Order: sequence, then C-alpha cells, then structure tokens
Amino acid sequence: MRNTLTIASRQFRSYFNGPVAYIVICLVMIVIGIFFWPAFFLAGRASVRQMFTLIAYSVAFAGPALTMGLLAEEKRSGTLELLITMPIREAEVILGKFLAALGLWTVLLACTLPVPISVASLGHLDWGPVWSGYLGIFLMGGAVLAIGLSFSSFTDNQLVAFFLSCFVSFLLVLVIGWILPFLGGAVANVADFISFSSHIEALARGVIDSRDVIYFLSVTGFALMVAFRALESRRWS
Amino acid sequence: MSDVMIAARGLTKRYGPHRALDNASFEVKKGEIVGFLGPNGAGKSTTMKILTCYIAPSEGTAAIKGADIWDDPIGARAAIGYLPESTPLYGEMLVAEYLEFMGEMRGLQKDGLRKGIRRVVEECNLASFYAQEIRTLSKGQKQRVGLAQALIHEPPILILDEPMSGLDPNQAVEIRDLIRQLGKERTVILSTHNLAEVQVTCQRVLIISQGKLVADDTPQALTSRGRNRYTVVVAKGDKAREGAVREAFGKIKGVDSVRILESDSGETKLEVLPSSKDDLRADLFKAAVDGGFTLLELRQHAQNLEQIFRDLTLTASDDDEDDDDEEEEEAKPAAKAPAKAAAKDDEDEDEDEGSSKSTDKEKE
Repeated sequence: MRNTLTIASRQFRSYFNGPVAYIVICLVMIVIGIFFWPAFFLAGRASVRQMFTLIAYSVAFAGPALTMGLLAEEKRSGTLELLITMPIREAEVILGKFLAALGLWTVLLACTLPVPISVASLGHLDWGPVWSGYLGIFLMGGAVLAIGLSFSSFTDNQLVAFFLSCFVSFLLVLVIGWILPFLGGAVANVADFISFSSHIEALARGVIDSRDVIYFLSVTGFALMVAFRALESRRWS
Repeated sequence: MSDVMIAARGLTKRYGPHRALDNASFEVKKGEIVGFLGPNGAGKSTTMKILTCYIAPSEGTAAIKGADIWDDPIGARAAIGYLPESTPLYGEMLVAEYLEFMGEMRGLQKDGLRKGIRRVVEECNLASFYAQEIRTLSKGQKQRVGLAQALIHEPPILILDEPMSGLDPNQAVEIRDLIRQLGKERTVILSTHNLAEVQVTCQRVLIISQGKLVADDTPQALTSRGRNRYTVVVAKGDKAREGAVREAFGKIKGVDSVRILESDSGETKLEVLPSSKDDLRADLFKAAVDGGFTLLELRQHAQNLEQIFRDLTLTASDDDEDDDDEEEEEAKPAAKAPAKAAAKDDEDEDEDEGSSKSTDKEKE
C-alpha cells in the first residue's frame, strides 16, 4: 500500500506541475458558471441537480484528459520501464495512478462546493440530494477515470488514449442516454443498464440505490483489471 | 553463500519467428564488472530487460542473487540498481524530489532514505544541481542522476544499459571513473558499443551476436586469442606488380587473404590475414625474396578487441533487424563502426602494440 501511495502522491503533484489539471478544473468551472446560473435563476428553485448534470457531461472529456498521460506518457518517455523494474507489483502502479487521478477529481468536485453553498444562501437547499449527488458524480468520475487509465495502458500515444476513452465515455455518459427513448425491448433494457446517466439520475435526486453504487464500482474494478492486464502483458509481448 | 550474483540459464526470447535471444547462459560473480557487447539487435537490451524482470523470457530462467525471476521477481528486482538506455527521468521533478521518490520506491524510509540520498549525492557529485529541475540539466548531469537513483538503495548488482551513450568525452570519462569506483564493491553489467570503454572499465566481456553468446572472456584473453595480421610494403618494380605480389603472398601456407591497401607509383602496401595464430613473418620475408620484390616494411599487428568484435559479429550486424525500438536508434553509428574501424586500421598506432616489429630489408 505504501508503494501505491508513493506513486499516487508523485502523480498527484505532477498534475499541478503541468497545465492539464488547471485547464480541466477551469473548463469545468466555466461550464458550470455559464450554464448553471442562468438556468437556476430562470427556474427559481434552490436545487443543484442541473450542476450535477453539467459535471456528468464534463467528466466525459475531463476524465480522459486527466488519464491520457498516466501510462502512455510513462511508456513514451521510458520511465515506465524504470518504475516497473522497482521491487513493486504492477497492481500497485495501476492503483497508484488511479488514486492520483481520483484525488484530482475530488479536488475538482471540491472546487464546485461554492455553488451549493451559494444556492443555500439564496434559498432553502435540501442537502441530502446534494451529498448523494456528489457521491454519484464521484463514483461516475472514478469509473470514467478507470476507463481512461485502461486506454492509456494500451498505447504510448496520449492522443490515442484521449480520443478512445473520450469516445467510450461519451457513449456511456451521454449517447446511450440520448438514444434510449428510441430503443425498445431487451436492447432498451441493456442500454438502460449500461448507461451512466441512468445510474446517476437517482443519486442526483437523493436516492442512494446500492445497485447504482455497485454498478459504478464494478465498471471501475473491471477497467482497472483491464489496465493491469495490459501492463502485465508487456512481459509476454 | 555462493558468490554468483547473476546466473542466466538458457535464456531465449522470441518475437514471433525472430529469436532476439537464443539460449544464452552465463554467470556473473560478486565484484565483477562485465561489459555486454553486441551489434544492434543482438539481444543486449533484451537480456537486460529480462534480468530486471521487465519482460519475461520465452524459455529459460535467471537467478538474481539467488532470487529466481519467475518465482521471486520482487526479490530479484530488489537486488538490482538499473539504469535503462536513454536515462528516463521525470523532467518536471527537482533532483531532490526525484531521489526521494526513487528511494521510497526502493523501500527506503526516514533515516535510511536521508542517508541514502546524502550518499548518492556525494558519490555521483550531484550537490551543485541538487535543487534544480531535471529537465534543465545537461545530458551528463542527467546520467549522474540516473546512476544515483540506481545506487540509492545500495544494490549489490548494477545493470547499466548504454550508460555513456550521447555523452561528450569529458562526461564519458567522469561516468566511466564513477562506474569503476562503484565496481569495486558491486557487481556491474554494462552494455555498450564503445570497445575502448570496455577495455578500460571491464574485467570481463560478453559478446552477443544474433541473440547468441559468442564470447565470454577477459578483454586481455580475447585479444590474445585473436589472429595477428601483417602489413607488408614492397617497392614497385618490373617483378613487383600488384597482382604478382598478391599472388606470391597468397600462396604462403597459412595465409587466408591478401588485400592491397594502397598503391602508388613507388610502393604497394598490402594487408595479409593469416588463417591461424602461426607467425608468418619469416614466410612472408622468404616469399618476397623468392619473388624478387624489394621489401620496404613488414609489420605484425596484434588483433585488438574491435577486430575481435568485428570478426565475431560482422555477419550479424549486416542482416540483423532490431529486436526493439530502443536499439533502432543505435543502428546508424554501429553500421558505420566497421567502416571507420577499417579506415583506422592503417593509421591507428594502438594496434601496433605487442609484437609489432618492423623489418626493412632490401633484396640484392
């Protein structure tokens, strides 16, 4: 665990040595600023559900941006070879990288806290759905980051990792939700099950359903396992 | 406890039908500095990557200080300090941060970490740029930081892949001295293309070609077992036409080939390569007398490591494909090496060491 935390700590600090973390945080805050407040004043209701929707949309590009270089850049620069030849396990590398990205995601979510605080000062805000919404968006972010990390483990090109994970994230977060009304029967059921938006909806309303939580945790675990296998596969290539 | 620090047994690595490494077995003992030589794509980096458990062999195994790379890869890695080719570092980190990170990854904590950092800063002379960002350092400084990270946990085994590539002569001398210093207490394997560096630094040489180990000996033993060659200079005359001279020397028993190196209006310079280690000076002199040539010079050259390397690996470097991306970058300088070496043959005074003798004789 100590190795995992050491890797996570280095990676987390390196986020702030480069522009990516600042750009992603700023963009998400700008999106919230532009789209949330006009809708909030128009609706005239003390609710931040719209903010969670915006963050959910943002994570589809923010997640891949934060994870694209995690392993791809280390592969390209050769530092991965040095890292892997330390007396540590591949799983610790994957977990450390994931925790660093998750840490940054937490920082990003913390930056949005002034929004519900401001809303609460303007009206009566029910904090229950706010916290469950944050839980949902945190879990969904984790799943997207794990997917991004797995794509980063397949290539040494950050852009390839970014576009592939963007494609999958947009599919899961947005596209499936959009086409769901046009689907029917078993296909609709499957699409509804795998769509991230279906699982985040209840959490944003304040309903913590264990199925939603388990779904996000399962996707995260599966994606991390894929990343681990991809990293391990270099030994046999 | 055995003093064998690295024991490789039957290491084979296949990339599809291509064998990057073919049944390589060797041992490295405690306190040895071993030079790993070979043309591009010969399997040097592949071997190092297998020993450091970065990749797995298709067949065979290796034990690093008793830890098998299959059964105990973590134990094997713990005994090694590794500097990969091109010295990958985190450019955005300060040297101090980087060493702290690498020390922690090597399992050092608190006092041990502080002591380790202090020691490598002194050993590798990092004090003047300790608080500097790595990306701002020169190539030689980066190389020293790379070595420092490999040494921070005081490993009994150091594996250095091309530690001196890309350095200017002054930086190369600095790093070479450092490696020699480190080799007094540790087992060191270093891969390189620089044969002079191997002769100066290493106690033992492993030459690998087309994935196979083709030589394993001390630099001195390797050079002494090589065949001598001769340069002969004869004055041009009616009898001493180029073809006639070459034919006369070519007929001598034990001569493998005769090559004309230079020919001008006054004299012809030839290189005679023997097929064995026998001394052919007397035969060459006799052939000159019998042929009626005016012998201006007869010189015997001891074969140096570079020629041994060429003899052992030349066919490999001609048709070998690189076995990995890193080695592709080395292809150009290595391809030039034989040509350069050939051009140097006539001029290089170093080659004349040992049994070089000059005999000026004039017939008639």
